Amino acid sequence: MAVLETDGLTAFYGDFQALFGITFALDEGETVAIIGANGAGKSTFLKSIAGLLPRPAFAVRLGGRDIGALPAYEIVKLGVALVPEGRRLFSSLSVEENLLVGAYGRHIDGPWDLATVYRLFPVLRERRSAPSTALSGGQQQMVAIGRSLMSNPRILLCDELSLGLAPIVIRDIYAALADIKKRGTSVVLVEQDLVHAMSVADRAYCFQEGRVSLTGRPQELTRDAIHAAYFGL
Amino acid sequence: MLGWIDTVLQGILLGGLYSLYATGLSVIFGIMRLVNLAHGDLIVLGAFLILAATSAGVPLAVACVAVVPLMFVVGYALQSVLLNRALGRNILPPLLITFGLSIIVQNGLLETFSADTRRLDVGSLQSASLPLGGGIAIGVMPLICLLSAIAVIVSLNGVFYRTAVGRAFRATSDDVEIAQLMGINNRSIYALTMGIALAVCAVAGFFLGARANFDPSIGPARLLYAFEAVIIGGLGSLWGTLAGGIVVGVAQTVGAHIDPEWQILSGHVAFLIVLVIRPRGLFPRAVD
Repeated sequence: MAVLETDGLTAFYGDFQALFGITFALDEGETVAIIGANGAGKSTFLKSIAGLLPRPAFAVRLGGRDIGALPAYEIVKLGVALVPEGRRLFSSLSVEENLLVGAYGRHIDGPWDLATVYRLFPVLRERRSAPSTALSGGQQQMVAIGRSLMSNPRILLCDELSLGLAPIVIRDIYAALADIKKRGTSVVLVEQDLVHAMSVADRAYCFQEGRVSLTGRPQELTRDAIHAAYFGL
Repeated sequence: MLGWIDTVLQGILLGGLYSLYATGLSVIFGIMRLVNLAHGDLIVLGAFLILAATSAGVPLAVACVAVVPLMFVVGYALQSVLLNRALGRNILPPLLITFGLSIIVQNGLLETFSADTRRLDVGSLQSASLPLGGGIAIGVMPLICLLSAIAVIVSLNGVFYRTAVGRAFRATSDDVEIAQLMGINNRSIYALTMGIALAVCAVAGFFLGARANFDPSIGPARLLYAFEAVIIGGLGSLWGTLAGGIVVGVAQTVGAHIDPEWQILSGHVAFLIVLVIRPRGLFPRAVD
């Protein structure tokens, strides 16, 4: 049964239309990758679900409930958390304060608190009092993920986790993602890094110019099909 | 020499008053990036509210204690009913609203209280002073004013740096979009911010009225001193704002000591000098 669905989801930046009716479903406990070229609408799609962009009131359903009219700060309370592209940590807050802010809107009991986030990313415990700007890119990404987990989301939306990170760091981040999935969290993963995305995904959607150009299980998708769906060639 | 020490001491005390003017402005700017052009008039409004209450027979202490939460409610309502509607990427609409509000408050006060100069009567405290020896004495009211400024800053910093709501304030200040992803309703944070700022305006209004004469037209000049104190101190730091207020206060008394005509001018000159040497202020905290 789908925990998150979109049906005919559209999004605009002013007069520019970024999404043209996305139909999408995420099942309980599932990890779905969204791939596609730059400007295909992947980040816009996540932002629309999270409530950062205006969208049709009946285009997004969470556990059967329409959430299209709710603002972002209400949606996180229903169990949908977004790890934003480029980390976007609160720069004047320490590492621990960033994590604590993540629990501000917590309305759900669950496994995640400071102790479990520190167990997931032990290096953050050592750097808990450091300003978030003093961290390496990988550590900042860990804070961003931990901050989103603090609300105990049922659905975690991840935007470009691997962006700008060294391969070895990306491996650590994806290992943590596997731990998060084990706790029953459903994950939507927007990625440019095809190999990593496909290695963890149960299913994938390919976006092209604001539309879904291909869907399927990673093992069913051939390289040629993905290429075609990516670039529309 | 003693004369100079005395002058600087009086300047520091005057700086306490200016930091009280500036603290609310600093909080509003720090969290909302909004310059509230009605800030000075709202301080004068605070003074008139206390005056109105005392004229109606309410004891001064009760009036002060009552006007602080009253101004909080006014600020909360002002932000949620009016200013939140003008929020957006463009900073001009809220700025223009506060400009209009400044005119409305000034004229409303003029209509209600006339243009007469007023004063809050604090009784014998008015002229009480503490001798420090060597012929130097400091006024009890100015001292209370400086201590109040420090108390206000300590409590606000306590809220901002020690509580969950305070973290939400700072997170909203850093990145309002991501703050909403954390479950923070930025509009209610803004309303609380304006409420807090106006509560501080009420405190400042009391000391304004107790220290000197006031009338409905003096708001914009208070805004100017407050603005200079905030910029000198550096955006986003309340201790910086206190330092900025003291810089303006000392510059004014030193200027007046040289020549009474130079009092106001030397405050502005000190502001310009700091801007030239440290364009981001003495203790900058906020990034933009």
